[in-house]
Amino acid sequence: MIAAEPLRLLVFVAGVAAFVGLNAAYLVWVERKGAGRFQRRAGPTEVGYAGLLQPIADAGKLLSKQMIVPPGADRFLFRLAPILMMPPAIMAFAILPFSEYLVGIDLNVGLIALFAFSSFNVIAVMLAGWSSRNKYGIISAARVVSQNVAYEIPMMLVIITMIMLAGTLSLPEIVNQQAGAFWNWNVFALASNPLMPVTFVIFFVCMLSETNRAPFDMAEAESELVAGAYTEYAGMGFGVFFMAEYANIVIGCALAVVLFLGGWHSPVGVLPGVFWFLVKLYIMVFVVIWVRWTFPRTQFYGLLNLSWKILIPICIFTLMLSAVMIKLV
Amino acid sequence: MSRCPDHLFERFQELFPTMDTENPAPPEASAGAENEADTAEPPPPPPPPPPCRKTEFAKVGYDLDAIVEPHQIEEAAKLLDDEGFAIDMITAVDWPDAEQFELVYDFMHFEAGTRVCVRTRIPRDRPEIATLSFIFPGANWHERETAEFFGIQFTGHPNPIHLLLPDDFEGYPLRKDFKPPSDPLLKP
Amino acid sequence: MELYPVQSTGPQETFVLNLGPQHPATHGVLRVKLTMDGEFINEAVIVAGYVHREHEKMGENRPWDQFLPNTGRIDYLSAMMYTHAYVGVIERACGIEVPPRAEYIRVITSELNRISSHLVWWGAFLLDLGGMTPLLYAFDDREKILDILEALTGARLTYCYYRVGGLAEDLNEGFVEDVREFVKEFRPRLKMFRRLVSENIIFRKRVEGIGIIDAEMCRKYGATGPMIRGAGIPYDVRRAEPYSVYPELDFDVAVDPAADSMARYKVRMEEMEQSLRIIEQCLDRLPDGPVMGKVPRKLKLPEGDFCYATEAARGRFEVRVVSTGKPVAHRVRLRTPCFGNLSLFEEAARGLMLADGIAMMGSLDLVIPDIDR
Repeated sequence: MIAAEPLRLLVFVAGVAAFVGLNAAYLVWVERKGAGRFQRRAGPTEVGYAGLLQPIADAGKLLSKQMIVPPGADRFLFRLAPILMMPPAIMAFAILPFSEYLVGIDLNVGLIALFAFSSFNVIAVMLAGWSSRNKYGIISAARVVSQNVAYEIPMMLVIITMIMLAGTLSLPEIVNQQAGAFWNWNVFALASNPLMPVTFVIFFVCMLSETNRAPFDMAEAESELVAGAYTEYAGMGFGVFFMAEYANIVIGCALAVVLFLGGWHSPVGVLPGVFWFLVKLYIMVFVVIWVRWTFPRTQFYGLLNLSWKILIPICIFTLMLSAVMIKLV
Repeated sequence: MSRCPDHLFERFQELFPTMDTENPAPPEASAGAENEADTAEPPPPPPPPPPCRKTEFAKVGYDLDAIVEPHQIEEAAKLLDDEGFAIDMITAVDWPDAEQFELVYDFMHFEAGTRVCVRTRIPRDRPEIATLSFIFPGANWHERETAEFFGIQFTGHPNPIHLLLPDDFEGYPLRKDFKPPSDPLLKP
Repeated sequence: MELYPVQSTGPQETFVLNLGPQHPATHGVLRVKLTMDGEFINEAVIVAGYVHREHEKMGENRPWDQFLPNTGRIDYLSAMMYTHAYVGVIERACGIEVPPRAEYIRVITSELNRISSHLVWWGAFLLDLGGMTPLLYAFDDREKILDILEALTGARLTYCYYRVGGLAEDLNEGFVEDVREFVKEFRPRLKMFRRLVSENIIFRKRVEGIGIIDAEMCRKYGATGPMIRGAGIPYDVRRAEPYSVYPELDFDVAVDPAADSMARYKVRMEEMEQSLRIIEQCLDRLPDGPVMGKVPRKLKLPEGDFCYATEAARGRFEVRVVSTGKPVAHRVRLRTPCFGNLSLFEEAARGLMLADGIAMMGSLDLVIPDIDR
């Protein structure tokens, strides 16, 4: 059956595209509903039951709007930027193991590939800010680059710690090592690194920053930069950035689940793995939303200070600590 | 009851002795010979109050009312600056019958709560007075506003452009003889 | 003082950033022309006047009492104190006695208005800092005040409830109970606001030590209200130039010597607390009697200059009228707090980073019509 493998991939790509689309659309709804609840109001209620059709109405609106290219903008790059935003996100989903059997490709360098894909959005945002010939956009582009450079480093240090722990770069393999009860999850792997929960928190903070989410949403910073890099985008150009933001959140949270929270493994041993994976995933996504609506935005140099002066030293320390512990144990 | 401290009152009287001796109301006397036509036939000014007097706060809302000559205004501001007064506001009053603009400088004291009002009168056809922007930077905006509304020139002002009115606005709206332009939207 | 780990390298290559007139952080139509060196503000130039209405000229064109509604529209968030200053100046000039009941009601409504104004500031300030949720919390409580005042005055924002010599009408039924209930409910809410925001580490990093405006600067620019009190000087018109029944009331002037954005924040938070105290005292002492004093049918002010200042939510609001004995004013001058408070922005913003400049602007609590008049 030579045709089976390509067919499986095709089905999987279609499935992933649908999953990303649905997630992006309905996470917007979740976010708006959640924000409403946090703020003592109802959120969207008008379109459909409890506003459930609101994302579709929004998408319809965005699709029907003209995408205006501002005069003097770099037309090619301006249009290219949203296009660059989405495919890497979709490709990253192909590597994520949703369950034991639901894996697009089990790459033996999965972790590195995932990071390669997820770093793409920086370039897209930078291009968007730079090409739109808007001063807010340019400031935003500069911020995004320095922010992502600053946070890529502690993120990578965390990942190296995890790789040392797992001894593999394959994501399904990492999950399989955490099989059994929940104390086998990496976040509780205190035997190999007593600072593991700290590492997890650092990972989470870096993930928030990499996805440009509040309180680190320097790129958008609506009270300072209007909409930052997206200021000049209208219609679906803006919509794609919006969707990609949620796709990236899902990737980030999925990675957190895979690396730290035991992937598809159930803490109690009932129900299929994919269910548990999604439950953990959406709890993480909820936390991301919760954080956004609770905290004000950080100051830019505070953000960089946090990375260079606090997170990176701690990361290096935990890295060395795990190295020593693994050697000893 | 005035809350004006005595030493301030005395210093005002000391520094501006002209106020006690002669009537400062027609300031043309100091402005030079150019306004001889005005001085020759001065229109009846409003009865001048005593130049420097303590006032009752509960009745008028300020503690010291000092009338100085236009060229003394910087000196008065410096004196109040040394005393620790803050600038409250600067404004002008148009007296078309007297052919004069009255400039009113209000100062307040943050600790004592004292309010001092310094006034001076400048001729309406040559409305010029020194700026206080270098003593009180806050005077900058007040003077810009007074300049655009009354057409008073503050000599030495660092940034004499319109503050509230559009840049191309013509006329001085708070002068009594101001005729509003017809609605620009109705023009053909 | 080393505020930032990096400093601006000086004006080698700058660009002009046009903040406003439509910008989320300017809360209205204010335009700030920023000359930026990267993220640092080299020069800030305020371009005001987009909502200029020439209230002062309007004051010269109508009888004394008919200008009253205008004053409530200068600072739409603290209309009570503004109308108070205007009726106050006429009462002072004509020597009109205001019945004590009216004075107490004036203080109660003014303080309610102050709380509602500070609540808007609180939400908007946090919005400037990127936290959207507090705005909704603040508006939740503000809504209760607006409902109370709406039942009393018929207006939700631009009240014109005070009259020369007293009030338009006596309290409506249930007002006292509503206010008491509000005071009871609002105290814990204020505590909750503090827990939610004031102790937040991100928030504190954004405001502590940022946007220093010291007492000397306030003095030179004539900045008043929470600005000067946030610089450590207990200047409050309610105490410095006592008016109405404030001298009889027991309240503290909120002061914080730190002179930064946090100090101004704390001062305003404390002021809300003090306003509650004032309201409670007034409710306890509220005398019976008429709410309108003896006022001549046709208002005529004696000749002369008269000033009357009130402590509005943003600082000292003063009305200065020049009367020539006619039934209309010769000159009405409105000294608005935001005018003086904003004029120092050009100096204070120099060298700040963009986000800090905006945080500082938020801490000034600007109302644009108050600047433009």
